[in-house]
Amino acid sequence: MSSQTFNRYVEVGRVVLVNQGADSGKLAVIAEILDHNRAIVEGPTTGVKRQAIAFRRVNLTPYVLKNLPRGAGPTVVKKHFEAADIAGKWAASSWAKKLAAVERRKQTSDFERFQVMLLKKQRRSVGNLNLAKAKKANKA
Amino acid sequence: MPGVSHQHKYSEYLVVGRRLPTEVDPTPKLYRMRIFAPNEVVAKSRFWYFVGQYRKMKKGTGEIVSLNVISEKKPLKPKNFGIWLRYDSRSGIHNMYKEFRELSRVDAVQALYQDMAARHRARFRSVQILRVAEIEKTEDIRRPYIRQLLTKNLKFPLPHNRNKNYRSSFQAKRPSTFA
Repeated sequence: MSSQTFNRYVEVGRVVLVNQGADSGKLAVIAEILDHNRAIVEGPTTGVKRQAIAFRRVNLTPYVLKNLPRGAGPTVVKKHFEAADIAGKWAASSWAKKLAAVERRKQTSDFERFQVMLLKKQRRSVGNLNLAKAKKANKA
Repeated sequence: MPGVSHQHKYSEYLVVGRRLPTEVDPTPKLYRMRIFAPNEVVAKSRFWYFVGQYRKMKKGTGEIVSLNVISEKKPLKPKNFGIWLRYDSRSGIHNMYKEFRELSRVDAVQALYQDMAARHRARFRSVQILRVAEIEKTEDIRRPYIRQLLTKNLKFPLPHNRNKNYRSSFQAKRPSTFA
C-alpha cells in the first residue's frame, strides 16, 4: 500500500470528527485502538466524553497529534490538542466552514430564505446584464 | 457507551449458596460462583445447575445466601481476555479457548456468545463458560487475530468508510468513502 493511496490512517493521536449521535459535529482524538472497528476516543475541549466509538460513526480528519502516547488520559490529550492548535486549524479549514454554512442554512427563517432568494436574483441579473453587454460588443 | 443508551445483555453475578441448615449441620458449607447471565433469576438457576454437577445439592433443600453484580474496575481500558468454554454441539462436547479484545469481562462474554452463535449456531444453554481471564502479557496471546492488534505503532486506513450522513438512497454525486 503506497502512502499516496491513503493519506489518513486510524492511529493513536488521529483527530476524528464524530458524525452521528449526541456528539455529532464535534472533534475527538483517538487515544487507543480497540479493534478493527472501534477505538477509544476523547475530546477534552470539545465535550466528547471518553468512550469506545465505531469507525463508521466518525470521519478521519487530516490532523494527527504527533507523539501522543497510547492510552493517554484527558489531561495529556488536552495538552497535546491545545499545543497543536487543532481547534484553530479546524475552524480555519474549508471542511469546518462548509459544515457551518450548512448549519446556518438549516437555521434560516422563512424571511431569511426570502432575502437569499432576492440576493441570488440580484446576482443573476448582474451576470446576465454583463453577458448581454459583452454579446452586443462582440456583434458590433 | 456514554451518551448512548447501551444496555449490556449480560451481567456478571457473584452467587453464594448453601444447603439449608439442619440439626446435624447447623452451619453448612458456602459455595461461591461467578456466573454470567442476563438477569438474577437466570443467574440463580445456573448456580443450582452447576453446583448440582459437583455437589449433592439442589434448590429444594438449599438457599441462595447472596447475589451481587460484579462491575468492571476500569471500563474504559481495552483489555485482552481469554475465555475457556465447554460447548455442547450437535455431535458431542468440545472444550474451546477463544480470545477477545474488549473493555470489560461482560463485553467479552457477550462477544463470545455472539461468536458461538455465528460460527456454530450455539445457543446460550449449550455454552458453558469455564474461565474468563485477562491476559496481560502480549507474548501470552495465542490467537493471531488478537495479536495483530497489539503491534507497536499500529495504524491502518479505512478503505471503505461509509459515512452515515448520507440519508437518501440516491445521490447526485458518488460519495467519497476514503481519504
